[in-house]
Amino acid sequence: MIAELGHFGLAIAIAFAIAQAILPLWGAHRGDARLMQSAPALAQGQAFALTVSFLCLIWVSVSDDFSVLNVAENSHTLKPLLYKITGAWGSHEGSILFWCLILAWCGAAVSLFGDNLPASLRARVIGVLALSACGFELFALLESDPFTRLWPPPENGQDMNPLLQDPGLAFHPPMLYAGYVGFAIPFAFAVAALLEGRMDAAWGRWVRPWTLGAWCCLTCGIALGSWWSYYVLGWGGFWFWDPVENASLLPWLTGTALLHCAIVVEKREALKIWTVLLAIGAFAFSLSGTFLVRSGILNSVHSFANDPARGVFILGLLALVIGGSLLLFMIRAPLLGASGVFAPVSREGALVLNNILLCSITAVVLTGTIYPLFADLLLHSKISVGPPFYAATVYPLAIPVFLAMAVGPLLSWKRTALLPALVKLWWVALVAVLVGIVCAFGMSALPALFMAAAAWMILGALADIIERIRLFRVPLATSVSRLIGLKLSTFGTTLGHAGLGITVAGIAGMSLATQEIVLVHPGQTVELAGYQWTLREMHDARGSNYNARVATISVMRDGHLITTLSPERRAFTTQQMTTTEAKIHTNLLRDLYAVLGEERDGAAVLRLHDNTMAPLIWLGALVMALGGLCSLLDRRLRVAVPKRAVAAMGVERA
Amino acid sequence: MRALLIIAALLFVTPLPVTPAWAISDPAEALPNAAQEARAVELGGQLRCLVCQNESIEDSGADLARDLRHIVRQHIAAGETDAQIIAWMVARYGDFVRLRPPFRLSTALLWASPLLALLLAGGLALGLRRRAAPPPPLSDAEQQRLAHLLEE
Amino acid sequence: MNRRMLLAAPLGAAVLGGGAFYAMLRGLQSGKFDPRGVPSQLIDKPLPGFTLAGFGSADVLTAKRPVVINFFASWCVPCLDEAATLMALSRRGVPIWGIAYKDKALATANFLVRNGNPYQRVAHDDAGSVAIDWGVTGVPETYLIDAEGIVRWRFVGPLPDSALDGLSKLAGL
Repeated sequence: MIAELGHFGLAIAIAFAIAQAILPLWGAHRGDARLMQSAPALAQGQAFALTVSFLCLIWVSVSDDFSVLNVAENSHTLKPLLYKITGAWGSHEGSILFWCLILAWCGAAVSLFGDNLPASLRARVIGVLALSACGFELFALLESDPFTRLWPPPENGQDMNPLLQDPGLAFHPPMLYAGYVGFAIPFAFAVAALLEGRMDAAWGRWVRPWTLGAWCCLTCGIALGSWWSYYVLGWGGFWFWDPVENASLLPWLTGTALLHCAIVVEKREALKIWTVLLAIGAFAFSLSGTFLVRSGILNSVHSFANDPARGVFILGLLALVIGGSLLLFMIRAPLLGASGVFAPVSREGALVLNNILLCSITAVVLTGTIYPLFADLLLHSKISVGPPFYAATVYPLAIPVFLAMAVGPLLSWKRTALLPALVKLWWVALVAVLVGIVCAFGMSALPALFMAAAAWMILGALADIIERIRLFRVPLATSVSRLIGLKLSTFGTTLGHAGLGITVAGIAGMSLATQEIVLVHPGQTVELAGYQWTLREMHDARGSNYNARVATISVMRDGHLITTLSPERRAFTTQQMTTTEAKIHTNLLRDLYAVLGEERDGAAVLRLHDNTMAPLIWLGALVMALGGLCSLLDRRLRVAVPKRAVAAMGVERA
Repeated sequence: MRALLIIAALLFVTPLPVTPAWAISDPAEALPNAAQEARAVELGGQLRCLVCQNESIEDSGADLARDLRHIVRQHIAAGETDAQIIAWMVARYGDFVRLRPPFRLSTALLWASPLLALLLAGGLALGLRRRAAPPPPLSDAEQQRLAHLLEE
Repeated sequence: MNRRMLLAAPLGAAVLGGGAFYAMLRGLQSGKFDPRGVPSQLIDKPLPGFTLAGFGSADVLTAKRPVVINFFASWCVPCLDEAATLMALSRRGVPIWGIAYKDKALATANFLVRNGNPYQRVAHDDAGSVAIDWGVTGVPETYLIDAEGIVRWRFVGPLPDSALDGLSKLAGL
């Protein structure tokens, strides 16, 4: 019954979505206030219906209702409760429903927090969101219904892939989807601007918080995914340039460029066409990512069940959404209004350079990802494009971005000279070069260069603040008061840029990571990276749906016990799969990492890592997201549409 | 029933027994010479595990990956160059086994993509740039007025 | 005009991409497009030289007639599926020589007793190194070698009944 209720909820949501798509857009076109006013209620109705639907999906999973096909394929009575709940978005059907849910919430969010928007813009944004939601909900209902029944119901389910039975599953998909789907809102804003035929500074200010929100979520989502694969896969890797990972990087790169462009629209009413194109592009990449992962075209560890029939449906959906918006762009972009003029050397110029570089990196990653497919289709040649390719192409493009990042915020709008800005960074350059030289003694050339770049980025971000508070040039008290008076979005910029620097430092530092693969008996000690790793003992353990073999390893340095690691090897009974559970000890500057392998004659194969600076990779991403949050909280972003003041004496209403 | 079909499809030409892709390697695999072992690891990172989804032979626990790792180390110990070993692999599995795509006419667009992307994006930026419109030319009456004002 | 073209470019690129992806999906459905398949490097080349317990490449050349070589193993589930097809093929008079990949002699023998022995000759590639020389990535895989010792045809996976006629013709029967 609950499954049918969920099914019904989905159908109702579609009804709401259709109404939400037609009525507000028609109302905005005709200037009909009442139709435009219907938008919020419809959006909230759709969100409510889908929430009920998704809760039903969780309910049938938690209650072990194996007559529902999705539950029978992905769950088991012995599966831990956490995974019964979070597994709702782990399967293909569940994840599509989850996508629809977030899309509906986006519409509801705009309706609830978009009071500062003019009625016609808000109506159009909600309407466009509804159009996309319609498409995905129809897909969910027709092609990937999570509520399909299975009769007769089996005694028990097939359990979930053991790799997914991890706390990371609870957070990585929701955060990632919030990011992917969140970019639908700036997309809707861009399409609304095209429909209205107008984009002004206020639009730039209104679209920024939504873009920031989506970008923060996507940054966290990607970082969580990277961290999850780091501690689940067992050899310290954190990014593999896998097609599905690239599919998440493309909207992130485009979204970062969009974030910067929106500032220019707001401040100078320039770069409007870039902004619209990037907004459409970011969402287009999100959608295309969905398509590629579920269609069977991609060769990837992440791929969901391969079903070309589903692929055709999604491709059709993409054709409508992306094709439609790009067609609208082609026709209406010239109407967007006059653009502010600026000299090549200016903050706008720096942001254009930022766009060019980020878009180039996006193009290269896109090319690398789909080239094997096109080569196979058109040239009948089978090639692979792996990490060595991306290292050779993306890194050279990234270096100019890193360099420009410190200089950009120091440039003025409209027209300025480059030299004064560079001069202000003299001490940053000095430290960066010193860092590079020092690192070159211990590292190879490229990582040392990246460390220098990281120092440049982090200190450059600080230099921006130092300039603004005129440190050492005015009395300290004045500097401090200036610091307190700085707008939150300034800190946002600083944290955002510094965060990337921290991540780059972490990636460079990993080149120093050392590892040992050893076969040891209990009591034996291994020397690695100045630590003594001793295998103390091995014992058995049981989980609710697995049997485990646990090794206890103590890590000592100079006679002091640093930590005890207990990596496991889990054998899942239903799915007949063995997974390794790595154990990590971190002091935020390096990770001590142990994995247990097979056992032979009482001895165990251990893989031990000293991952230098690994935690910085994800800490940097956290700092970036924090920066985004800071900017989001900036009160200036909540500026409202000016309302004509009503005279104190009541206006007579007819 | 569908589940059985899916499992059967997964078993379709998978080399069994399947060692999980996250299994760690055997310490006995490593070459005794540390420099040679480092070279083997680096070279292995450039070779694709052919039965996995997008992993190198170093990262994979599949049987075939293990065999190929062993072959790489044999050839390194025998004194072959990286290029020779890669050619050996390509002769048997084609360019598909190389994670770093070769430089060929068929991959020209791929390797040229950074430069092409920069040119394209740069061109777009230039093409979309609006130049400050020059002020419209003065009409005759305005020209006369200007001359009149300048004389004063 | 120039500006118009620039504005139309994203749409153009999207349409091209969409068309290509559609072609890929159709190819997936029809089987012509296989992102996971590894094409054989041996087609139209002489068969790799090898010597195994059972037979070697020299024996194939001395046979001076088309030979089907089938890589199989007792632990391979899809090999069970093609056992009947291989028996049918051998009954048509096509010589099939089997190479047991990474198997134990006793297990192979039991497999052939249980499922019928379609092979005129069986070799044992215990280490799997010969299979690597052939570019084999898993079992079962089937190759057709012509009378001159050139590899002409290869099939990955359990041989379907529909391949029997074509294969017989290629084998000159």
